[in-house]
Amino acid sequence: MSEGHSTYTPKTGIERWFDARMPLPRLVYDSFVAYPVPRNLNYAWTFGGILSIMLVAQILTGIVLAMHYTADTNLAFGSVEKIMRDVNSGWLLRYMHANGASFFFIAVYIHIFRGLYYGSYKAPRELLWILGCIIYLLMMATGFMGYVLPWGQMSFWGATVITGFFSAIPLVGDWIQQLLLGGFAVDNPTLNRFFALHYLLPFMIAGVVVLHVWALHVTGQNNPTGIEIKSKTDTVAFTPYATIKDAFGMIVFLFFFAYFVFYLPNYLGHPDNYIVANPLKTPAHIVPEWYFLPFYAILRAITFNIGPINSKLGGVLCMFGAIVMLFLVPWLDTSKVRSAVYRPWYKLFFWLFVADAILLGWLGSQPAEGSYVFMAQMATLLYFAFFLVALPVLGLIETPRRLPNSITEAVLEKNKGGSGHPAGAAAAPETKG
Amino acid sequence: MSATDIHDPNRRDFLYVATGMAAVVGAGAVAWPFIDQMRPDASTLALASVEVDVSSLTPGSSLIVKWRGKPVVVRNRTEKELKDGEAVNLSDLKDPIARNANLPSDAPATDANRTTPGKEAWMVMVQVCTHLGCIPLGQEGDFGGWFCPCHGSQYDTAGRIRKGPAPENMAIPVFKFISDTKILIG
Repeated sequence: MSEGHSTYTPKTGIERWFDARMPLPRLVYDSFVAYPVPRNLNYAWTFGGILSIMLVAQILTGIVLAMHYTADTNLAFGSVEKIMRDVNSGWLLRYMHANGASFFFIAVYIHIFRGLYYGSYKAPRELLWILGCIIYLLMMATGFMGYVLPWGQMSFWGATVITGFFSAIPLVGDWIQQLLLGGFAVDNPTLNRFFALHYLLPFMIAGVVVLHVWALHVTGQNNPTGIEIKSKTDTVAFTPYATIKDAFGMIVFLFFFAYFVFYLPNYLGHPDNYIVANPLKTPAHIVPEWYFLPFYAILRAITFNIGPINSKLGGVLCMFGAIVMLFLVPWLDTSKVRSAVYRPWYKLFFWLFVADAILLGWLGSQPAEGSYVFMAQMATLLYFAFFLVALPVLGLIETPRRLPNSITEAVLEKNKGGSGHPAGAAAAPETKG
Repeated sequence: MSATDIHDPNRRDFLYVATGMAAVVGAGAVAWPFIDQMRPDASTLALASVEVDVSSLTPGSSLIVKWRGKPVVVRNRTEKELKDGEAVNLSDLKDPIARNANLPSDAPATDANRTTPGKEAWMVMVQVCTHLGCIPLGQEGDFGGWFCPCHGSQYDTAGRIRKGPAPENMAIPVFKFISDTKILIG
């Protein structure tokens, strides 16, 4: 909605002085105060704001942790224990950082599923969606490298397994793996470069977030009806309406976060990571962080050769393919209707997909043996079928429900009490005309 | 463009192309050290060979030494393990290549080709799963060889992949017996 002209009028002398030289106050006012948002946004739309504060929280706690951490294979494990025992408030900062990563991923998964449910990836928001996918990839790289830094058993073996993916690439695989590790196995050069990159990547994420928000402000937000904004009555001002709603969502989210930090600080971690890394002994059961489990299950599901592709390369290709699917969603979905609210069949398949993703996550945490392998193979098949069969085919054969003519009409239909356009709309304006 | 600059190609064209070429070569020359520094450094490459005393290994026992940051197992196999390994039909193998650095790269994966002549009971092998680099557990799994706990790959008594996602037999490093009780790896 940036094509709308600016309504900012500098009031004080210093605002006028800035506005004539570098109109930063104008940019902030137009983006976060006067910016029109659809009046019907629900709490699923607060996760963009929640993700922003999680990124800031991770960067702040990370910078102070880096002041006490030592990236050396002989010292890293001890320096983390020193943070926990000796550094003032170190335990709190480390638990905030470790659980913050998990909650960052909880928020991003809700954010992604919200986009899938309401068709937020459809034209003209394809680029917005792809920038989000890039942020997700950068988050995964950052989370993976951060988990290596405490130099526990899961750090070491997680790093061994994940860098092992690259050795599956034909011809140049081993060379690339050695380039990543700086040696023939995970060792001190690996730890050092992972620390440097773990410090760098969050700032790259912040950069892509700026692009993501820029793209968002060009196309405007999607909304639960998936219908574009048609008139001024379809919108409310970002401040105070969205600001307050986002703030409330953040507070509730932070309650859950604080509960984990104070009462279950190690629940989402793995006890083996409190054992110092031993390159000669693999733990009985290697699992990655919970947020990688669905992809891990897909990786392990391919136990058979597919023509010239051996099982190892096949597993790696399927795992990366599972993420590539997300990038392709805007073009795989053939439906003209955005929101699942008006797509009865898509709504069913969406929830099946959510269940399948959770099943894959659970299978990823189980040992790769017996019936788990077969179940993982079936769940992997369903995962890809959602993207490659359900999305394209449903758009062609499904009869969507009648769409309302506008966001305003949809809101009024839902709240039959309000009729016409009452003038005083101070309280709960999103439900009144 | 003035009327005097009519020669084709003119001086300006030359400058464009020359500047562009210099920029491309310069960018490549600048990029290379940034990639090059990531490769294994001199101290890592220096740990390229180790000598192992195996005099204490009775049949059925093994030891593990660290070579290039990876565990290498030296196992004095029992009579039964040797027989089991020799009895395997080559057509039953998922990977029919010996993967023995001391032999040509296309040598078949017979039990003898997985060892060294005259010392057929001895396995010297990089004990790293060829799937994603975990350390398999010795003398476990359906084939009495090695079992990888990470993703369930099973190896036989000669370290050949028989079941699971791993694509290749475990690697045999360059090694030789320098005496009856000493092995040089690398």
